Amino acid sequence: MAAQKKPTKSNTSKEELLGFYREMLLIRRFEEKAGQLYGMGLIGGFCHLYIGQEAVVVGIEAAAKEGDKRITSYRDHGHMLACGMDPKGVMAELTGREGGYSKGKGGSMHMFSKEKHFYGGHGIVGAQVPLGAGLAFADKYLGNDNVSFTYFGDGAANQGQVYETYNMAELWNLPVIFVIENNQYAMGTSMKRSTKSPSLWERGAAYGIKGEAVDGMDVLAVKAATEKAVAICRAGDGPYILEMHTYRYRGHSMSDPAKYRTRDEVDKIRSEKDAIEHVRDLLVQGGHATDDDLKAVDKEIKAIVNEAAEFAKESPEPALSELWTDIYA
Amino acid sequence: MATQILMPALSPTMEEGTLAKWLVKEGDTVKSGDIMAEIETDKATMEFEAVDEGIVGKILVAAGTAGVKVNTPIAVLVEEGESADAVAAPPAKADASPKTEATAPVKAAAKAPVEVKSNASPDWPEGTKMKTMTVREALREAMSEEMRANDRVYLMGEEVGEYQGAYKISQGMLDEFGPKRVVDTPITEHGFAGIAVGSAFAGLNPIVEFMTFNFAMQAIDHLINSAAKTLYMSGGQMGCPIVFRGANGAAARVGAQHSQCYAAWYAAVPGLKVVMPYSAADAKGLLKQAIRDPNPVIFLENEILYGKSFEVPDLEDFTIPFGKARVWREGADVTIVSFGIGMTYALEAADKLAEDGISAEVIDLRTLRPIDYDTVLASVQKTNRCVTVEEGWPVGAIGNHLSATIMQRAFDYLDAPVINCTGKDVPMPYAANLEKHALITTAEVVEAVKSVCYR
Repeated sequence: MAAQKKPTKSNTSKEELLGFYREMLLIRRFEEKAGQLYGMGLIGGFCHLYIGQEAVVVGIEAAAKEGDKRITSYRDHGHMLACGMDPKGVMAELTGREGGYSKGKGGSMHMFSKEKHFYGGHGIVGAQVPLGAGLAFADKYLGNDNVSFTYFGDGAANQGQVYETYNMAELWNLPVIFVIENNQYAMGTSMKRSTKSPSLWERGAAYGIKGEAVDGMDVLAVKAATEKAVAICRAGDGPYILEMHTYRYRGHSMSDPAKYRTRDEVDKIRSEKDAIEHVRDLLVQGGHATDDDLKAVDKEIKAIVNEAAEFAKESPEPALSELWTDIYA
Repeated sequence: MATQILMPALSPTMEEGTLAKWLVKEGDTVKSGDIMAEIETDKATMEFEAVDEGIVGKILVAAGTAGVKVNTPIAVLVEEGESADAVAAPPAKADASPKTEATAPVKAAAKAPVEVKSNASPDWPEGTKMKTMTVREALREAMSEEMRANDRVYLMGEEVGEYQGAYKISQGMLDEFGPKRVVDTPITEHGFAGIAVGSAFAGLNPIVEFMTFNFAMQAIDHLINSAAKTLYMSGGQMGCPIVFRGANGAAARVGAQHSQCYAAWYAAVPGLKVVMPYSAADAKGLLKQAIRDPNPVIFLENEILYGKSFEVPDLEDFTIPFGKARVWREGADVTIVSFGIGMTYALEAADKLAEDGISAEVIDLRTLRPIDYDTVLASVQKTNRCVTVEEGWPVGAIGNHLSATIMQRAFDYLDAPVINCTGKDVPMPYAANLEKHALITTAEVVEAVKSVCYR
């Protein structure tokens, strides 16, 4: 990954930059808190943190409009917060409580919001790719101009159903944006060890799908690329592939000792490429905000996250009768 | 404010661990992300990062300590100028663990036999005009009628459009509904099953035709993990109104990979509804019901039955509810329970048995999830004997499940053990004589009935 560009100027507004800072920070602090609650035994099972990848979802959401749909894998907390789902409901789902988005029956990997058009939360690697194309199939069938953001990782990019979907998505010109969050590790297997061709978006060319690689650590670059992709899809010329070069700082899940990469590698990216620090620098060096202004934002976010954690601890476990509900509509 | 750092749980199953090494000492300043310690779990040595910033005020558990329980305070983090002593004393709060409702274990109490009332009732009014129709035509009429009534219903699959259907079920439908609603797919079951499920999440009502259910094996992850479980995983927010239909089970001489019955597989999955009709009237009424159902429905057809003709009510609109068996033939001596093509053997056997003076009651389950237990139990309570008939394999068969249910709920009524007639426990052979033997035969059903009647 290239060294960070000198962040002197940007052609975005102060309000937008502050918004990005706030939303990315919310995801990071939320995830840190989730890690903490996991350590306390309040969150069980699998828990995949999004720390490091925040610029991807925040940049994408900046180009979305009402009615656009999103679907992703099991590393999904960031996506939910970015599309406006309530941190309390997300955290309470992590703790398996009644106040969670799925009443405690889904867990970290399985949350949904019809209201925010968030379609999960899927635990089978790659399964969300045809499902996301199906959301776009419905939009096209119903004749609206919405798009579906279908996220998957560099690991899922080797699943066969991704390419079955590419073929049909292009054949039928579905308004789907395939967002490959390439964080360079499929659980413990680096790209180098799993994938012969270094570029994942270029695989779309075999199916006639346009796309590009994007610096996924730069929220402004993500937003700019997404705006272009969205315009193409809304005009009926989808699908489109965005390969986001990003990085996760934490292990694959909570029980991952991350011995497949060096601490130096992680530290180098944190110090040179961190998405939040990048926006912070833009704000401070551009004279848009002082350290004190940003401290106030930090404090506000910390309060939101603490409130979510309190709610998630206080919310009762689901009633035992819930075992037998929601099996059939 | 000083905060306690607790021994973290670093895997889904960790209850205690070894504090292998401290990487900070008292007085060090730490910030979020700094590694504080190495902790050994049963699986690996993990680095433990600081979440908050502060100064390490006191280390409470020395390096090398084994068996440190999760949530034990291991260190205290303080702010500039603060003492660690104030918070070092109180024990870790135990109120973090959720309150669990007390549950009483379920006792298996011996109960007096309960008489069960049959659920069977006529499917349409007496005197309804009937017309003769093949199962194929009935399926086509069901889809076409529902597509005329609801423009969110569409048909997707291999060769459903221009080819007019591999088994001609969808013949003429492309002409009527156009390519938007009769969607030809590439040969890509996993992919199009997922796309169809996604479109159902977003409010459409897809009918997915699998040329045969053998090919649905490529797509079974979406049928089960994506379609059947999402309503539950979403706490009731997001359902999946979809029908997966196609030929199931053995046809004739098509070998092991094209001759499998999936009835028991799908019937095992909560969240799915499973239908396996025998007659044309049931094919029509149940498929219309399936398309209207807000849940994922697996609709298992049979190639050999497609061309068979039955009487179908000549009504503008009729459906048959799920979970209601049909009594095809009333009898007094034995109950034969079957479904789908198994009914062919069951009815033939009943005719032959009548010649020998045995009166068999023949029940067609029609739906396998839900199952109409009451109609079966009421019949067994009357005849005191039961034989089940299906083409699928013997281990984990639908008949196994019925036997268990009958044993639990009508044990005192049984005069003989229930016999399950099934396909043989082998992959389907190609040779004509072997194939015939691998499936159930009418003679085997007759023999089983005579056995339970001690004849």
